[in-house]
Amino acid sequence: MKTLFDKIWDAHVVTTIKDGPTQLYIDRHFCHEVTSPQAFSGLRARGLKVLRPERTTLTADHNIPTVGQDKPISDDTSRFQVETLEKNARDFGLTYYGLNHSKNGIVHVIGPENGYTQPGMTIVCGDSHTSTHGAFGAIAFGIGTSEVEMVLASQCVLQSRPKTMRIHFEGRLAENVGAKDMALYMISKMTTGGATGYFVEYAGEAVRNLTMEQRMTLCNMSIEMGARGGMVAPDEITFAYLKGREYAPKGERWEEALAYWKTLRSDDGARFDKEITFNAAEIRPMITYGTNPGMAIPVDGSIPTLDDIEEAGRGSFRRSLHYMNFAPGEKLVGKPIDYVFLGSCTNGRIEDFRVFANYVKGKRKADNVTAWLVPGSWQVREQIEEEGLDEILREAGFELRQPGCSACLAMNEDKVPAGKYAVSTSNRNFEGRQGPGSRTILAGPLVAAAAAVNGKITAP
Amino acid sequence: MEKFTTITSTCVPLPIENVDTDQIIPARFLKATTREGFGDNLFADWRYDKAGNPKGDFVLNNPTYKGEVLVAGKNFGSGSSREHAAWAIGGYGFRVVVSSFFADIFRHNALNNGILPVAVSEEFLGELFVSVKRNSKATVTVNLQEQTITNNETGKSESFNINAYKKECLLNGLDDIDYLLSNREKIEAFEKQRVYSY
Ligand code: SF4
Repeated sequence: MKTLFDKIWDAHVVTTIKDGPTQLYIDRHFCHEVTSPQAFSGLRARGLKVLRPERTTLTADHNIPTVGQDKPISDDTSRFQVETLEKNARDFGLTYYGLNHSKNGIVHVIGPENGYTQPGMTIVCGDSHTSTHGAFGAIAFGIGTSEVEMVLASQCVLQSRPKTMRIHFEGRLAENVGAKDMALYMISKMTTGGATGYFVEYAGEAVRNLTMEQRMTLCNMSIEMGARGGMVAPDEITFAYLKGREYAPKGERWEEALAYWKTLRSDDGARFDKEITFNAAEIRPMITYGTNPGMAIPVDGSIPTLDDIEEAGRGSFRRSLHYMNFAPGEKLVGKPIDYVFLGSCTNGRIEDFRVFANYVKGKRKADNVTAWLVPGSWQVREQIEEEGLDEILREAGFELRQPGCSACLAMNEDKVPAGKYAVSTSNRNFEGRQGPGSRTILAGPLVAAAAAVNGKITAP
Repeated sequence: MEKFTTITSTCVPLPIENVDTDQIIPARFLKATTREGFGDNLFADWRYDKAGNPKGDFVLNNPTYKGEVLVAGKNFGSGSSREHAAWAIGGYGFRVVVSSFFADIFRHNALNNGILPVAVSEEFLGELFVSVKRNSKATVTVNLQEQTITNNETGKSESFNINAYKKECLLNGLDDIDYLLSNREKIEAFEKQRVYSY
């Protein structure tokens, strides 16, 4: 009787150190420019090669502009960092999708869309939102730069076995509710540290009904409640998504893979260290009001009052509201906003653009709003164009940018100025995340679209 | 990596909960390609004003508090996996972070850089904040071999958890890559015996 997590973990154990961590074999490794340079320097210093170069893929995404990507990056240190990645790819013989490459994009968007990400794999990247790939029924988690070096050198990491948790979303979601709302709802109940030490499997009718894009959104946010990762058992929806993707198995190999993938589910009666159930029908479109993703409420709800907050947490709560310039007990609906960001590895996929375009169709962007619409990859952007969504967006006064992480972490020029409010489809509303002093309100693409059109927080 | 044995030091108190790695080192400082220099930007947005001048009210700018031990509120190091956060803390001169709860990836990253995250009870943490507030010269002693932390003001001691393997690594100044590289045959043997391989 094994959980999905156990099955995949057990199939990747190289050895277990006595009283210590497990040496886990890694099937797929992604690198980006920000968290890898010191790992490659480490290899050079030790005179090492990359052990399995075919298992590592590189992309530039975090520290790049989202306009004028055909020109050299103007910021010197940013350009040097991207050039360093390119040089490392060359020196160590690794596949690299640089700027303007048709496969370039945010690491957690291009992995799945090219078929690199498959059920049953272990997947790591020097980035906490690696949890996204768990949507395919993989063990996928973020690692630090020292661990990036370990994977490059040995194709392994040392990990203590996490505890397992299963979160059920029973019943069906309401019409205008999506995976981002599920995630924010869940984190608001679990708190940002509530799943620390656990690997989470998402289950239940509402999860099984999600598309792959939405499952990725849900798994992506797992890290925001402290989990090592999140996963969904692969099923027909997963297989249909993967079939025909460039790096997915083909022909006989596909049949063989499929037979294996179908075994990847938690056995009936498998034991989890913790089980939690939510009623999907209760979830409404969500929004955050504070400076961590757990501080979320329904869009038309009210910020908690001090009485709702446990004594020990009141200091942090006050501090957070002070930063956001909101008051306890207040409603957010009707508050004017300044920026809207549609994008990131959470909500930068084709479905997110469909939802956004569908809402703004025939309407106009509010004059007081600056909107950054940033596709997660060139392939997403192409599909937007193929489906004619760019036309709809343009007519409504929006403009598409070029792919990258952009305002999700504001390493490039896409920074929200101090004191300004941004309704953002990204994953973190930490102080200064979108630029020093910026105020981030997290939401899904539908709530973001409503804010962009109305210039204020609006229940969709 | 520097060996870690026992440290007795004064503390720098940061009684804030949910300190995420974006606060420890904001993203705009992640453009570097080396591990050096991050200490200067540790907690940059709390520490400096827009013009880059130290803010008097932030603890790192208060000469009263010094030491190799950072004492922080619950849930320290959540958010981004950036190891730069550990480099910033180590680069500034901290060898120990005390909190009642640590985020997973930060804990890993700290240990990989010779920084010891010590998770204590809420009660111990609360008392330590009180001791340091009362007397900025108050010290703690962290004994890795014994896995104990002592508040020398009150004499109260608590034991903390650390994985036995990581403890050995820290005590001997060894890192994981040394270990993994010594294991190459096992890696190859694993690759050969896989039933379904990608
Ligand atoms: S989009 Fe944001 S969260 Fe995702 S990888 Fe980029 S910076 Fe990280």
